[in-house]
Amino acid sequence: MMHFLLLFSRQGKLRLQKWFTPIPEREKKKIVRDMTTMVLGRKPRSCNFLHWKDLKIVYKKYASLYFCCGLDAEENELLALEVLHRYVELLDKYFGNVCELDIIFNFEKAYFILDEFLLGGEVQETSKQVVSRSIEASDMLQEVSERPCSR
Amino acid sequence: MSDVVEKTLSALPSLLSLDSQAGAGKLSPSSKLGNLIKGITELTSKHEEETLIKKELESIKEQVASPNTTMRQMKEIMVRAIYCEMLGYQASFSYIHAIKLAQQGSVLEKRVGYLAVSLFLNETDEFLLLLVNTVLKDLQSTNLIEVCMALTVVSQMFPKDMIPAILPVVEEKLTHPKEIIRRKAVLALYKFYLIAPNQVQHIHSKFRKALCDKDPGVMTASLHIYLQLIKENPESYKDLTGSMVTILRQVVGGKLPLDFNYHSVPAPWLQIQLLRILAYLGKEDQGTSEMMYDVLEESLRRAEMNHNITYAILFECVKTIYTVHPKSQLLEKAAECIGNFVLSPKINLKYLGLKALTYVVQQDANLALPHQMTIIECLDHSDVIIKRETLELLFRITNAQNVTVIVEKMLEFLRLTCDDYSTIDLVGKVAELTMNSVFSLGGDVMQPDIPNNFLRLLAEGVDNVEDRQLRLFAVDSYVSLLQGETAKLPQRFLQVISWVLGEYSYLREEESDPGSVMRLLARLLDQRHTSTETRSWVLGAMTKLCSSPVSVALARDVCERYLYSGSLNTVLRQKAQELMILSQDTKLRARVLPAEGRLESPEVDSSLSFLDGYVSDALAAGAAPYKSPHQRQEDLVQEKALSLEPYGLSLPVSLSSCSITDRRSPTLLSMSSGLSGNSTELSHQEGSTTLKLEGVKRVWGKDGYLAQQQSAGETPTPLVELPSPLLSPQSPPSQKPSSGLEPDQEKRQLASSLFVGLGSHNSVCLVRLPSTVWLFIKNCQSANQSNVVKSLFKPFYINSCQSKNHGSFVKVSGIFAARKSCQTDDSCCFPPQISCISGSPLKEVKGHSVSVCLHTVVMKRASVQVELAGLLSYQRPLGQPQAAQFSLSLSLKHFLRPLTVSTGDYGKMWLSFSHDLKQNLRLVTTEHQEPLTATLDALKGKLHLHVVDIIGSEGIVACRLLQGPGQGQPCLLHCRVHADSLAVWLRSPVPELPDSLLYHCQKALTET
Repeated sequence: MMHFLLLFSRQGKLRLQKWFTPIPEREKKKIVRDMTTMVLGRKPRSCNFLHWKDLKIVYKKYASLYFCCGLDAEENELLALEVLHRYVELLDKYFGNVCELDIIFNFEKAYFILDEFLLGGEVQETSKQVVSRSIEASDMLQEVSERPCSR
Repeated sequence: MSDVVEKTLSALPSLLSLDSQAGAGKLSPSSKLGNLIKGITELTSKHEEETLIKKELESIKEQVASPNTTMRQMKEIMVRAIYCEMLGYQASFSYIHAIKLAQQGSVLEKRVGYLAVSLFLNETDEFLLLLVNTVLKDLQSTNLIEVCMALTVVSQMFPKDMIPAILPVVEEKLTHPKEIIRRKAVLALYKFYLIAPNQVQHIHSKFRKALCDKDPGVMTASLHIYLQLIKENPESYKDLTGSMVTILRQVVGGKLPLDFNYHSVPAPWLQIQLLRILAYLGKEDQGTSEMMYDVLEESLRRAEMNHNITYAILFECVKTIYTVHPKSQLLEKAAECIGNFVLSPKINLKYLGLKALTYVVQQDANLALPHQMTIIECLDHSDVIIKRETLELLFRITNAQNVTVIVEKMLEFLRLTCDDYSTIDLVGKVAELTMNSVFSLGGDVMQPDIPNNFLRLLAEGVDNVEDRQLRLFAVDSYVSLLQGETAKLPQRFLQVISWVLGEYSYLREEESDPGSVMRLLARLLDQRHTSTETRSWVLGAMTKLCSSPVSVALARDVCERYLYSGSLNTVLRQKAQELMILSQDTKLRARVLPAEGRLESPEVDSSLSFLDGYVSDALAAGAAPYKSPHQRQEDLVQEKALSLEPYGLSLPVSLSSCSITDRRSPTLLSMSSGLSGNSTELSHQEGSTTLKLEGVKRVWGKDGYLAQQQSAGETPTPLVELPSPLLSPQSPPSQKPSSGLEPDQEKRQLASSLFVGLGSHNSVCLVRLPSTVWLFIKNCQSANQSNVVKSLFKPFYINSCQSKNHGSFVKVSGIFAARKSCQTDDSCCFPPQISCISGSPLKEVKGHSVSVCLHTVVMKRASVQVELAGLLSYQRPLGQPQAAQFSLSLSLKHFLRPLTVSTGDYGKMWLSFSHDLKQNLRLVTTEHQEPLTATLDALKGKLHLHVVDIIGSEGIVACRLLQGPGQGQPCLLHCRVHADSLAVWLRSPVPELPDSLLYHCQKALTET
């Protein structure tokens, strides 16, 4: 199971945080601090897996943004990398060539997409089409609802 | 999904409201959030950010409190609040409003409300109770999106106590016509199962239905539950094996809809989930495992190495293969796969390869052997993570012989990264377990400061959580050790155990009854093999422990035995007395051994000034002046140190005089020999017929040694200076071994020291040995024409026979076959170093001539294997001297002979031998024989051991090693069936023999 997913910038600024297990606030802060220092301290071309306490940390850098998740010890690291990748694909599909700014200014959308993809720390839906369809469904709603105001 | 939209559209009128935000998610810089974010990015200092956010929070607070704020505005405010929280500023005042938004907002606003709730609150938060009704209402809504949102928030976080309130509604959703709802419901139930397993027990049959759902997404979701269920209780779900195998086969075969493909790999998440389930099902269950072999093989085959995702599948597959009941064919493929991972230039794969290797070497340490060079390279890798993983791997293959090198490497690593949190963890584990293995293997011969250092490691350090854990771990592992058989544990280890238990048992007091450790210690005292010194350690530990009434009673018992039954040892009496008094007087005990203060080192007056008066009194009374320990030490025999050198391999070969009685006397003999040896030490032997292996270079490598040996005509790399007078002038000039190690050599040397004790001994294990040695002999039928005749130089046939004069020796007969036409011209001989030769033809086969050469080979120093290599030189009357090289390896078992002794003699010998080794071996099981008998028979058959006697579950076995003239040195084995393994205790007067023999025993038993 995934315990948390963090998105942060090269400067260590948190862009998105998702906690799948109940963690006290103080502990969350510590994790965020530890993750940013650990991951940002990694040299390029080093391996994408780390250890933190009894969790496996898998991270990947996409452009200026680091995607970092904490997993149970028995999880498959390579698969987690693909989970991150799939999430990026979904963001990309939604925003169209996603960049850090998209996520900064529309982080709630990024959360919605994440909620359709992962649920309770497990991959909910592996089919990209299905995920994007359910996000579209909610967004259609939004567009339609917003149309009258533009008039 | 289209009807989702339709239904939503029908609900639209209620959603119509003014929204200044633009459409599908592009940012609007004019929005308040946009302004906030921009404002923050323009700031330069943390302080400015704080001021800005404070201001922002103030304004948010004001707005949420205002009754005029609409839900739509609230939604926008909530997003800003989420943003502030993400930056690390508390906006707790907004939590209640988030719930309100979820309660009262329209679908869009609700969505943000739920999001804010799930980001702000924890499962334990009381606010959540306010949400229950909202969730319940939304679950029952006709709007699919509302149901989805409710299910999402429920599987995010839901108060455990409130699950019953919504469970029936969620359950109902399992039969919902929309797959997205069914899927989310399954995941919600999975989450419920995780937080409150008993509450969902009654719906297990519905899970089965979900497993059979026609939608692959729902089925995949149900596997999360099954993985958990099967992990906890595999026995109850064995019947699912067939279904899981079928599903996996279908997935692998590409039967799923194409949109489940990920980078053209069919449903990788599903595959991996299934593989993990199969691993749990097939673990230690041959029948179940057999059902899955085919599909596992197919998975391996289908997952070609081309994309990250296939590597993920391969890795999981390998893990499964190694978890289920082994099938050699699959294991082979999996091992190959691991090899590919390890060798991969991709660093992530290398990492996983090392990880997989770490996992599999626990089953078969030899699997690490082919990768030693890679492992060595990884040890120096620039990435600390790789390094760490490599150390972890080494840690698994630690044995008595390589422990020093490995620990050294670990310390090296720790020195570099001592501030890392995880490293502390590593140190503890490594030190702990390594020490345990060292103690149990090297035990009594170890220098006393090693355990002392270990104890210091345990005792030192701040009293933080990790230290506590380490200590608790030590205590726990020692308690379980003591609960088992303690007779095999070395005394020093027992002493360490006593100290640790005495000092830190209080850490586990809450979870066990206080007397249990006491009883274990008391049992230790009762055992006959416990030495006096150990007993005094044990008593010391008991003194620290006797706090509870149970322990006091036990302690009194023990003391009485020691004080009144007349134990002669003063130290023991003293300790027992202390224990007696302290156990009775709790106050005194609390003062002497304060429970709290044991971590602080007491102040010690090292000059012992308070004793000055006493000393001067004593001196005045005529006592002898004090002698420093340093002075006294000189008389003491130094304790034996743990030998850190890798065992050298030397090939001492005794020569016996030989005569060449060929049909025709050889016209000329040139002799030279290549002897392989890796010994850095020189093996000095006596007499003119012996070898001096001076400056023998270490020659070995993955493909190194033998290849050189086979290239005939070249001088073999390891050259031997021959003091022997037999050396003929034609002998090729001896080359000095090249000085200085090649760049690679250093690494190889490291490899040899790291991998020593795995498989066979260092150099030998790196050399691949062919079963036959080919000789190329020039045919000289006609003087002008030379044809190459391939003659098969059969591996030596080794027989043993008794000789009148020399005791026993090995007869090595090499059958040398050459064409009839050339046999008269060729004279063949064996290198004199292995001693030669009787070239007389035993019999003449038509068309061939056969010469049988006899010579004696003995093993001077016990070794797992020796390499015998030589140069065969011959010369035709008119031609140049020719040479051909050969080599073969002789294993220790060729030099073993049964030793027939009586049980009585065995007992006498047993006590007189100093070198011993203990190890557990696999038991051989056959249908019609006792395991012990079967195992010993197997050993007898394979290694020529003599079974002296079998009494009950114990058996004694003896053998001897041909080692020069005479009977040879004995090695005694004492075998006892213990649980499922055979505890073997080897003793011999020869230092290396038990170890080498043990290796062959292991090998022999694995082969059967």
